[in-house]
Amino acid sequence: MTENIKVWPGTPLSEKDIKEKRILVTEWQPNLKYAWDAGIGYGRYFAELKKGRIVGTRCDKCRRVLLPARVFCEWCFRTVDAWVHLQDTGTVNTFSVAYTGTAAERLKEPLIPALIEIDGSGGVAIMHLISEVDPWKVKMGMRVRAVWKPEQEREGAITDIAYWKPI
Amino acid sequence: MRKVAVVGAGMTKFMRRAQETGKELAWETAKMALDSCELTIKDVDCVVMGTAPDAFDMIHMKSEYLSDGAGAWRKPYMRGFLGGGTGVFTANQAWYHVASGLFDVCLAITEEKMSSCLPHPQGAFVTCWDQFTESPLGTSLLWFFAWEMNRYMTAHGITEREIALVSVKNKKNALDHPCAQLSADITVDDVMGSEMMAWPVKRLDVSPTSDGAVALVFAAEDVAKRITDRPVWVQGVGWCVDTMYIGQRDLYYPKYVEYAARMAYDMAGIKEPRKEIDIAEPYDPFSYKELHNAEGLLLCDKGEAARLLVDGETQRTGRQPWCPSGGALGVGNAIAATGMMKVAELFWQLRGEAGKRQVPGKPRRGVAQAWGDEMQVGTVIVLGV
Repeated sequence: MTENIKVWPGTPLSEKDIKEKRILVTEWQPNLKYAWDAGIGYGRYFAELKKGRIVGTRCDKCRRVLLPARVFCEWCFRTVDAWVHLQDTGTVNTFSVAYTGTAAERLKEPLIPALIEIDGSGGVAIMHLISEVDPWKVKMGMRVRAVWKPEQEREGAITDIAYWKPI
Repeated sequence: MRKVAVVGAGMTKFMRRAQETGKELAWETAKMALDSCELTIKDVDCVVMGTAPDAFDMIHMKSEYLSDGAGAWRKPYMRGFLGGGTGVFTANQAWYHVASGLFDVCLAITEEKMSSCLPHPQGAFVTCWDQFTESPLGTSLLWFFAWEMNRYMTAHGITEREIALVSVKNKKNALDHPCAQLSADITVDDVMGSEMMAWPVKRLDVSPTSDGAVALVFAAEDVAKRITDRPVWVQGVGWCVDTMYIGQRDLYYPKYVEYAARMAYDMAGIKEPRKEIDIAEPYDPFSYKELHNAEGLLLCDKGEAARLLVDGETQRTGRQPWCPSGGALGVGNAIAATGMMKVAELFWQLRGEAGKRQVPGKPRRGVAQAWGDEMQVGTVIVLGV
């Protein structure tokens, strides 16, 4: 069947068609604003970040640390047992040297986004950024430490940790 | 459960920007699929729609918007959504609509119009991340793929040059696909020299954003046998979702793809997928993903996919061709439509209708897979004749 089809539907447009207004479009820019409640688990997690501490929760059934902190263990499907204090040091699980931002815009200076296994969590990683290092010298397994924002600038958010730097 | 066959297929070109609206793309592909098996919309008992995030075109309840182009009015209609896994899942949905005995003929349509989102549809992905612990870091979707590719390469000692061969193979395969957006004859050096997006991901490791639509017609056994002498049977389906906390699983291996594949293989009675599957369409939005997903599909040992690729075993003329269509890297990545494009490719290949893309040796069984959501869902379908 397909070898006999000569014309496949669809009309590709070029950049020029748009720029020279050869086709008609209707534009709309949403002006929406949301406020997401941090909830019980993340609420405490962020409150502790504001104090310069990383906390997780612990499930005694699967003996696992949950990070970011949450109030229920999704595997055992039960309420967690305790809050646990973790270190603000960790190990690079994986990383990138990124020249792209959120909307695929290009960055002149690369960022080093990484998954960092937090000490005391049994190897659970969180997403964050590494800095104060030559991006091409970052390695998996590299030891890093959190660089906290000054206390008065912290607002109870993941960005209260400014970035992580090699130990 | 009843036996179900795919009896018809339709597809639009994949393109960076289509003049057609989403409805028009859906209509074109639906009509083409029905025409291909000489059915009319009156023969269709129900319709399923697959289309990825509403944020791409900011049309809320997009499946309702698309419903006239889908031929859905005054029929049972629903949309399934699993992010990038949607395309194959929509085929799975069509299967259970018919296998359950509720309907005899189901029209399955997948549509994507990513170009509406300016300046780049990647921006629409920002709310896919956790809004508390991830998005505030200025997250780019590409970061995730970079982490995973890095982890995969490092775990197995695979090189960037080996992975680049996937792009070379798939873009070349796509030269024979009449709907392809980014087919090309390129070299490993071209990939290695292309713009660094997020190391180790380079521009030519990445599939494009696309507009396009694909449709398939599913029919119960007795109906399928009346419609065509060459039904392509759905032998197995599977899908599985894994943890959203990416820091609590090791990215080097897609376990959820394996679970989905095992579900589909069990249903199909497949014990040795490497021997019993003739062609595969693993999801390849990024070059390493074809290898990563093929390992999850149990088509080779963990870490062995690159060797099969380098040895030419996954070429169209190889022992087990992967992405003979040209895949997302070559044909284009109209998210939901790309997953179903892979199912359509199996349909055409297994009927011997793939034209210049035809895999030699009369393939009898194929597996297609898509992947997505928050990069932790696998959807799988096995077709056979």
